[in-house]
Amino acid sequence: MVEFGGWEMPLEYTGITQEHLAVRNAAGLFDVSHMGELEIAGKDALAAVQSIFCNDAAKLAPGQAQYSALLTELGTFVDDVIVYRLRADHFLVVVNAANTFKDYGWIASRVGAFGDVVVMDATSRYALLAVQGPASVDIVQPLTGVDLAALKHYWFAHGEFANVRGTIARTGYTGEDGFEIFVPPQQADRVWQAIVASGEPHGLLPCGLGARDTLRLEAGLRLYGNDMDETTTVLEADLGWIVGWNKNGFVGGDAVRAQKSGVLTRKLVGFELIDPGVARHGYDVYVDAGPIGKVTSGTQTPTLKKSIGMTYVPIAFAGHGGEIEIDIRGRRAQARVVPLPFYKRPRKRVP
Amino acid sequence: MTPPANFKYTKDHEWIDVNGDRGKVGITDYAQQQLGDVVYLELPAAGTKLTQGQSFGTIESVKAVSELYSPVSGEVVETNDALKSKPEQVNADPHGSWLIVLKLTNPAELGALLDASQYGVLLK
Repeated sequence: MVEFGGWEMPLEYTGITQEHLAVRNAAGLFDVSHMGELEIAGKDALAAVQSIFCNDAAKLAPGQAQYSALLTELGTFVDDVIVYRLRADHFLVVVNAANTFKDYGWIASRVGAFGDVVVMDATSRYALLAVQGPASVDIVQPLTGVDLAALKHYWFAHGEFANVRGTIARTGYTGEDGFEIFVPPQQADRVWQAIVASGEPHGLLPCGLGARDTLRLEAGLRLYGNDMDETTTVLEADLGWIVGWNKNGFVGGDAVRAQKSGVLTRKLVGFELIDPGVARHGYDVYVDAGPIGKVTSGTQTPTLKKSIGMTYVPIAFAGHGGEIEIDIRGRRAQARVVPLPFYKRPRKRVP
Repeated sequence: MTPPANFKYTKDHEWIDVNGDRGKVGITDYAQQQLGDVVYLELPAAGTKLTQGQSFGTIESVKAVSELYSPVSGEVVETNDALKSKPEQVNADPHGSWLIVLKLTNPAELGALLDASQYGVLLK
């Protein structure tokens, strides 16, 4: 067990590699109840969300979700989040566990300007279980009346799940097809057991934080606190696609637009190690000229069986094939900039 | 997996299997369980001289890096290069997966190591 964002969580159940491969080849079950849930509601909720978050929430129909972020006035990350539009005037925002209080305060101090809108920390009302992997539909469908075939990527539906009232979203953090299921914490244990029972014949394994990290990294998904934070901008993190460029003013918007029309000096890239070894979070990164930063995330990937990672590099070195060096406990190891994501699932199952 | 009775053990969870003036060195079943899936080994070249307790390399799993410590003083006469391409073998067969062979320079140091039953107590 390890401490994560104030929660005690399992690093692994049966072993990181085994759990990782189960998700890539069959399915895995994650308890991600540590994630924070904030609700923003009221007649003026959309206006507030549009101003406080960077993505364009007006594009969301009720039942649809999007990846977004809270930005500082400098265009750097307060947090990266998923915004779910529950109803026209009611949003659910899933935030990083360690940032829940910070985000709540950030939003609460700003919603007042928008009239009829409130923000509430609803974290204690939700347990969140994630079923991820190619067998997810086969495992989850027998437990719910919600028609999963009709549920598109980044859409969600309310319904019964293992005889518990819940919300099923086709989202995840592994690069695989899958679902994230919101249920009342009092029922979470029962729902977990039901998923395990339904998943067992399909090869589903309970998965811990270790596999969650290797899976998301292979899929090129950033981790707040490692790959971006209040010192890195949304464009430097190469996440310009989550900015609602066509909407009106939003917090951080001026800075982000200025950076977009100006010169980007550094960028988050993926790399793979050419020399033997494993590049890990915090290791120093060098180019000919000298030190350029640190590995923001790094691991040995169970699927691809090589050492991969992410780091910020000066824009001149951000091109694919660019050569960088990682200091592995005193030894300089050669690495090469490669396109993200490292792993892409075979595209056929998701509608 | 019971620690083999004929091995000697360190408190850092290495084992040494001594035969004459040579000893094969590896990590214990407990150590591989704690590490999880081993993905990379960094081992010394033959000829490297080690003193008791000195770090002779690193072993990395998906989740962590760990130093390897020499149970006794000696000279490395062989490294298990076959393991480098199959590091997962350390998980599958920790007591059969020797990492290096040492030519002991001070066999008296063996007396300071734990025997299998003492090592078993350490794990409790």
